[in-house]
Amino acid sequence: MTKPQTQPTLGAACETCPVHNAANLLKLGVDIEGWDFVVALAGNPNTGKSTVFNALTGLRQHTGNWPGKTVARAEGGFEYGDKRFKLVDLPGTYSLLATSLDEEVARDFILFGQPDVTIVVVDATRLERNLNLVLQVAEITDRMVVCLNLMDEARRNHLNVDERRLARDLGVPVVPTAARYGEGMGDLIAAVFDVVTGATVPKPHRVQSHPSELKAAVTSLTQQVQVLYPELPNARWVALRLLDGDDRIISAMRKGELGDLMRGRDPELSNEIIPLEGIAS
Amino acid sequence: MSISNTFQDQTSGGMLADSGIDVERVLANAQQLRWDIGQDYHEQLMETIYADAARIADRSVWAEGEKPRFDLDRKIDQIVTHPIWGFPVMLGLFALVFWITITAANIPSQLIADLLIGKVYPWLQNAAAVLHFPWWLSGFLIDGVYLATAWVVSVMLPPMAIFFPLFTLLEDFGYLPRVAFNLDHVFKRAGAHGKQSLTMMMGFGCNAAGMVATRIIDSPRERLIAMLTNNFALCNGRWPTQILIATLFIGALVSPALAGLISAAAVLSVALLGVLLSLVTSWALSRSVLKGQVSTFSLELPPYRPPRVLQTIYTSMIDRTLNVLWRALVFAAPAGAVIWLVANIQISGVSLAEYIINFLNPIGILIGLNGVILLAYIIAIPANEIVIPTVLMLTVLAAGLTGVGSGSGVMFQGGQADTMAVLQAGGWTLLTAVNLMLFSLVHNPCSTTLYTMYKETGSKKWTAVAALLPLAMGFTLTFFVAQIWRLIASL
Repeated sequence: MTKPQTQPTLGAACETCPVHNAANLLKLGVDIEGWDFVVALAGNPNTGKSTVFNALTGLRQHTGNWPGKTVARAEGGFEYGDKRFKLVDLPGTYSLLATSLDEEVARDFILFGQPDVTIVVVDATRLERNLNLVLQVAEITDRMVVCLNLMDEARRNHLNVDERRLARDLGVPVVPTAARYGEGMGDLIAAVFDVVTGATVPKPHRVQSHPSELKAAVTSLTQQVQVLYPELPNARWVALRLLDGDDRIISAMRKGELGDLMRGRDPELSNEIIPLEGIAS
Repeated sequence: MSISNTFQDQTSGGMLADSGIDVERVLANAQQLRWDIGQDYHEQLMETIYADAARIADRSVWAEGEKPRFDLDRKIDQIVTHPIWGFPVMLGLFALVFWITITAANIPSQLIADLLIGKVYPWLQNAAAVLHFPWWLSGFLIDGVYLATAWVVSVMLPPMAIFFPLFTLLEDFGYLPRVAFNLDHVFKRAGAHGKQSLTMMMGFGCNAAGMVATRIIDSPRERLIAMLTNNFALCNGRWPTQILIATLFIGALVSPALAGLISAAAVLSVALLGVLLSLVTSWALSRSVLKGQVSTFSLELPPYRPPRVLQTIYTSMIDRTLNVLWRALVFAAPAGAVIWLVANIQISGVSLAEYIINFLNPIGILIGLNGVILLAYIIAIPANEIVIPTVLMLTVLAAGLTGVGSGSGVMFQGGQADTMAVLQAGGWTLLTAVNLMLFSLVHNPCSTTLYTMYKETGSKKWTAVAALLPLAMGFTLTFFVAQIWRLIASL
């Protein structure tokens, strides 16, 4: 497999140019053998996730204008900048606390599936409610990109969204899009590409304002989890879930599934592991 | 999958051996800390997330100028989800869709029939004669397989090509969740989950898809109710049957000017009867074998979005119309062959088909149908789409009509007028038409839907209930309609 460094570094001007991006994107549809990176697509219901999925893969998964359209996982692929990406469309959920089957599917994939990047699709016209999910995903993984979708509707409703400020506050790349019209899809792929190659290193906002006695409990438990799994990137999130008595996480620890989370952080390491899974799947 | 599992076992095992602390101790500590911090931890965590989300959103979003002068979405919602006007608007919109479909489908249907059956069919027969095909081969291929597929294309393609894009436009616009909203409290009163109104909407497209869609219902009890009653939502395979029979028999009762309207009303009534049966069955199930509490949920009404008309027409043509047509053809071609075979295999001078039809006829007559229709429903278990073509070919055979073709089995020219002539020759009355529409609504789901249900539930018992319950209801319903009809007719 070609190493990331053999890839010529693209100029910033090139990367944002739609012509360049359109020429580089190869929609692979369901032809997703031998992928280099896995990209998960999360988001609240009815934010246009399936539309983004179709725009990237060239598939025509039926999109419906109602919440809860996608209940299972759909997979497709695209090729960009010499790399093959497998895109996994997760069920739309409002949270990742896993109280129903679709939330569990989404969370388990982000947590145990260890995607190289998670794209969170948010509705620009309902940003406040959508950010709840963004913040929950940010607790689990650093490697995320926010797709600020339905910008066309925001414009129609005379709403202004400052994506730069949002990106700064969230600490992750934010790409405004109108997926129904293909707007911003090139920028989205470029942002995803930058995160997988390490050109962009997101440092997501973490929810901080706990009361002091809670803070002490979280810190103490986080340290213990870290001793148990020294390379775990989201020990704090695991600690938060344990304090909430999350049965799924407890059983994952007992079964040793959390060990799986230690791989994949180092790009070199993940490159070694991915071909194995490619053969196995 | 297996390789990555091995990998994970090795790493976690290795890590645990090296460190002094183990999983159970950390879990015990976590349990202790949970007691210390008290019960409202979950609420506090959610509140902090919500507060952060609100703060961040507030910093980066602002409205242009003052409030928008006129909120169109809200105005539309005030009408279409109005407690009184919501239902008439809903009925009106669906009636309009059916009316456009019925009035517009006739002409292209006739054109395709003229081409495929009037022109291509004799040409194929000539070609077979020139090539000296034996009679059984040309009969099997041309009279059986070709005519069945040609018939499916001419009768099913035009209504589907009109109906599915119209329905998809309503869906894309955002109207279907409003229908679910209108029906939500009705479903709750029937002891079902409010989300069942959404899965029923999916069922109007395809019942197998509706089965999968019930995953959005968390409670297993309510999910099972939604699955067992999904069949009462008319699916893609059954809409064309309803539209055709309504056009031929119900529309013919009134003057041509009103025919389209009356046929549309008939189709709408059958669809509504389906909703009603869905509610009644849910009510009965939730008060007998599937007792339990009704759970609540919040239904989000998405904003109205201007449908992208051309794209919608394109995708609904590909996704729905061609898919359904393809499925119909895949099943119709072998069915055509099977029908030709049962028509031509003879046991002591009487064909196999006639034996079966004569055997089923008494049962069929009892419920206002006939043996041909029942045999057609047996042949059409894999796909509801081929019921009407099968009925026609079997009717031709049973009525002993003669026409083109050297073997018996297929002798009609296609098109709506000829279809009507064939059915009347087969002894069809208005009662047969009405009961066929009812039986098409209330009978066992197709094998794909049943297989999907089995995969989703893993239960042979409930899959059997899903097949047999509507079948029993269908026989009961058509039996009573036939008896009452005949009673009134004899007065």
